[in-house]
Amino acid sequence: MSAYTDTLPEIRWPDAPKSSYDVVIIGGGGHGLSTAYYLATRHGITNVAVLEADYIASGNTGRNTTIIRANYGIPEAIHFYQHSLELYQGLEAETGAEILFQTKGIFWVAHTEMAMRTERARCLMNTACGAKTFMVGPAELKELVPQVDLTGGGRYPVLGASHHIEGATARHDRVAWAFAAGASRHGVEIHQHTPVTGLLRDGDRVVGVETARGPIAAGVVLSAVGGRVTAMAAKAGVRLPVRTHPLHAFVTDDYAQGFGPILASTELACYVSQTERGQILIGAEFDSQPSYSRQSSFAALRSYSYKITRLLPFLRDLRILRTWAGICDISADYSPIMSATGVDGFLVTTGWGTWGFKAIPAGGEGMAELIATGRPSSFIAPFTLDRFRRDHVLADQGSAGTR
Amino acid sequence: MLWLACPRCGRRPLDEFTFGGERRPVPDWITDPDERDFDDVWIFENPDGVTTERWFHTAGCRRWLTVRRDTSTDTVVEVVA
Repeated sequence: MSAYTDTLPEIRWPDAPKSSYDVVIIGGGGHGLSTAYYLATRHGITNVAVLEADYIASGNTGRNTTIIRANYGIPEAIHFYQHSLELYQGLEAETGAEILFQTKGIFWVAHTEMAMRTERARCLMNTACGAKTFMVGPAELKELVPQVDLTGGGRYPVLGASHHIEGATARHDRVAWAFAAGASRHGVEIHQHTPVTGLLRDGDRVVGVETARGPIAAGVVLSAVGGRVTAMAAKAGVRLPVRTHPLHAFVTDDYAQGFGPILASTELACYVSQTERGQILIGAEFDSQPSYSRQSSFAALRSYSYKITRLLPFLRDLRILRTWAGICDISADYSPIMSATGVDGFLVTTGWGTWGFKAIPAGGEGMAELIATGRPSSFIAPFTLDRFRRDHVLADQGSAGTR
Repeated sequence: MLWLACPRCGRRPLDEFTFGGERRPVPDWITDPDERDFDDVWIFENPDGVTTERWFHTAGCRRWLTVRRDTSTDTVVEVVA
C-alpha cells in the first residue's frame, strides 16, 4: 500500500479563487484537468482556474471502467482515439506520475454471423486508419483467454473475436491526479467544492462565471461538465443534442491475478477486466430512460451477472463487493462534441457518453489548442457542435460497447 | 424505477416496457421554421426534474403510454394515459 501512496503526485491547492483568469474551466474531471494541463505545458497559458463542484474526478472520471482503446468504427473516431491511446502510452514519462497504465489487449467477442461481419469490418477499418486490430478464431481465443466458455452457456456461442492488441487500462483517479499535479505545478489553480451557479454575460458574450464563492471573470469559459451539461449550456443560451443516462458497473472482491486481457461483447453489452487490486471489474449498458439518479438497481445487477457468467463461468463463484452508477451524456450520434458554441467566450467539451475516459489526453490536448489558437486540430475538427446543423453527424453507436 | 403501472394491465415490471423518448414541444421562442425543424430533430430538453415521455408496453397490451417521470430520482410522478 505504501508503494501505492508513495508514488502519488503532489497537487498544490490554492486558497480562494482570484477575481479574474484568462481561462476558467468548469469541471475538474479528466477532460477539464487535461485541458488545463495542456494549456499550461503546450501553450504557456497558466492563468487558468479549474472549478470543481465536488472533489476532482468525483464524477464520471472516477466511475468508469478505465478501458483505453481505439478500435472504433469510423475514421474520424479511430484517428482521434488512436492519438489518445498514444498520448496515454507516453503519459507516465511525460508527467512523471504513475498511472498504472497496463497494455492488456481487448477481445471483442462475436456470437452470431452478423456480429462476425461487424467485427471483421471493425478490423479492416481499424487497420486502414492505423489502429491494431485483428481477427482471432475460437481456438486461438481459448488459448489466449482460457477462462472463456466457447459455447456461451449454450446460449451465446463464441464464433470468433476481434483482438485490439493495444487495448489497455489505467487507474482512473491517478490519471486525474497526474494532470492535476502537472497543471498545478505550472501555476494552474484547481478549486474544489466551488460549484458554478451561473454564467456572467455581457450582451451575447460569456465573460465569466458566478460561483458559490463569488463571481469570477474569464477571457474564455470552457464547460467540461459531465452530467448536468444541458443545464450549464442553457445558461449561455446553447441547446445541446445530448441526453443523460445512468450506466451501472460493479466489482467483485479481490482475487489473485489471473485474468489478463479485457473481454467485451456487444450483444451481451458487457465488458470485463481485472483491476490491479485483483477485483473483477464489470461494466454494462446504460438505462434506456434518461435520468440523473446514481442509484444502482438489483434488476440491472441480476441481468449483467446472468449474461457475463454465460461467457465466463468462473465468475459464478465470485462475490460482488460494490456497485455504482455514473451519469453519461449521450450525444445524438454517439460521438463527442469538442467545440466552439456560437456564443463568444464559451466552449464545450461534452457528449462523452461512455467513451470519455480513453479520450482524456487527446480531448484535453485538442481543447487546449482550440482555446489557445482559435482553430481546432485535425484530431478534433470533425467533432464540432454544428455538425448536426451541417448534416455531418458522426454516427458511431456500434463502437460504444454498450447501448 | 423497477415497475410501471399500465392503465390496462396494472403494475408490471419495467422490463416489459420500451422507452419511447422524451415528448416535448419545440419552445415558442424559436420562431424560424428551419430552426424549429432542427430543434425538433436534434435537441433534447434533458431536464433534471419532471419530464413527459412515451413508453410502449412491448410485452403487455402493446399500447403507448404517456408518463410523467422525475429524472432526478428516476421515479414515476404520474401515468397520464
